[in-house]
Amino acid sequence: MTRYLLVKLLEAVVAIWGVVTIVFFVSRILGDPTVLLLPVGAGPEEIANLRTALGLDEPLWQQYLYSLLAMVKGDFGISFQHVRPALDVVLERMPATASLAGLALIFGTLIGAIAGAIAALMRGTVAELVVMIAALLGQATPTFWLGIMLILLFSVELGLLPTGGAGGWENYILPGLTLSVFVSASIARLLRSSLLDIMREDYVRTARAKGLMPRTVFFWHIARNALIPVVTMIGIIAGELLGGSVVIETVFAWPGVGRVIVQAIQAQDFPVIQAGVALVAGIFVVVNLLVDLLYGVLDPRIRRG
Amino acid sequence: MKSFFLALLKSRAGLFGFLLVLVFIAGAILAPYLGLPSPTRSSLTARMVAPTWTSLFSPGAHPLGTDELGRDILSRILYGSRTTLLIAAGAVVLGGVVGTLLGIVAGYYRGMVDRILMRIVDIQLALPLMLLALLVVAAVGASSQNLVVVLALTSWLRYARIIRGQVLALREREFILSAHAIGAGTWRIMIKHLLPNVMTPVLVIATLELARIIIMDAALSFLGLGVQPPSPSWGRMLADGRVYITTAWWIVTFPGLAILLTVLSVNLLGDWLRDYFDPKLRTAR
Repeated sequence: MTRYLLVKLLEAVVAIWGVVTIVFFVSRILGDPTVLLLPVGAGPEEIANLRTALGLDEPLWQQYLYSLLAMVKGDFGISFQHVRPALDVVLERMPATASLAGLALIFGTLIGAIAGAIAALMRGTVAELVVMIAALLGQATPTFWLGIMLILLFSVELGLLPTGGAGGWENYILPGLTLSVFVSASIARLLRSSLLDIMREDYVRTARAKGLMPRTVFFWHIARNALIPVVTMIGIIAGELLGGSVVIETVFAWPGVGRVIVQAIQAQDFPVIQAGVALVAGIFVVVNLLVDLLYGVLDPRIRRG
Repeated sequence: MKSFFLALLKSRAGLFGFLLVLVFIAGAILAPYLGLPSPTRSSLTARMVAPTWTSLFSPGAHPLGTDELGRDILSRILYGSRTTLLIAAGAVVLGGVVGTLLGIVAGYYRGMVDRILMRIVDIQLALPLMLLALLVVAAVGASSQNLVVVLALTSWLRYARIIRGQVLALREREFILSAHAIGAGTWRIMIKHLLPNVMTPVLVIATLELARIIIMDAALSFLGLGVQPPSPSWGRMLADGRVYITTAWWIVTFPGLAILLTVLSVNLLGDWLRDYFDPKLRTAR
């Protein structure tokens, strides 16, 4: 287990390094921020001075090494827009994004798991049909459009909930619901097919033939194994929630990391883009590390292999 | 081929998806010949006209209403589907070709090539695809060609991973070993012997990827990073119409429905293809 853990940790570090490198070079193609930062009509001398001050006239590889070294220490530079450390700008938005994504992940997984189990256990009934149609629709609906439709219904027509922004618990309902639909649709479909596959396995028949109680067979022989692909899926979904935050936070004017990244891209605020993407990627890598560990717990073969 | 269509006819969901996909493709191709108002012509006198269901076949009417500039929404959706489908199809083909070839190379050579390639896949997987797409489009600009390349960039790794796994198993099979024995070159084995044997999973992944890419394309243009106006695009219509949500619900409702139905039909078709060809792929994804 220790070796497995170490390998996974090393892979995680390499992945984050790769992401930071990609982001560094891509954001340098974004353009020269000096023109945007100076007032209109600034002379070439002022531009040159600012470029020197920001370190933009050094060779690219040197800038890369410097920023890599600085990033290890948690220094992503000063935000051009906010004129304070970029990491702070991003970090203070993190709780909003994380709480929303976490809420959606928990709720969506629970609902999806129940629906998926119902669909598998009640094969061929109306209940299965309803779950499957709902899940298909949920998977095909773009989250940003669903969000707008929910705003239209609950905020504009019924006037029950706020259209956006953060504040009280009622602000969580619409964005949380929107994301949960997406999560539960994926989980329900996967868990159903995974349960159906496992129920056909020989060892399940053996367990039944031994005369074990149906409940024991379900929880210890079927559910435990059917959960393995679901755990992988949760890792993938966490990534989609984090990446999708740029869209959903725009819809609901949610003050999270996604929105900050979109604004930073529009303003060509390199340090904030780098800090934001590195942070999101870092969280995603950690989530996947946890998924791998959980995997090891569920399937002993992985641990020992 | 015959049994393929027979099976399709028997599956209600697969057939529904298949027919709906055909309808959307036909709509995209035939858009200029349907006698619709121009998707870009605005009209100050016809701003935010509500949809009128009865006027579907009367010329000059707006069955799905008009937007804030008086442009016909049905026409914009149909013309928007041309751009969306072209970009998405381009991205699927590009991502599929690159991903499949890399997957074959990695699985066939194994060793160093394989390790490096899979490391690249892992690194890219650590970056949520939407963020990657957003970053790159912002950097290189949102032309149709760039969008195809960026969306393909988010897609190739799914092929590469699965095809690599298939090739790892295939390369030990006897027909590959005998091709080796009679002196077939590496390229010949990869193109003539391995490629045809992985085409089925490639087709299945491609269909499911098409649905994902359509949504991602719409999300990018929703954020203002899709094809630029005046070309109509579904995501852009949603973003622009959102402002008028209190007065004109139809501007945001119909483009979203178009995305939903397109993705739904492609997904149904993809699911059916997967179950028909290889139910094992279900968990591999």
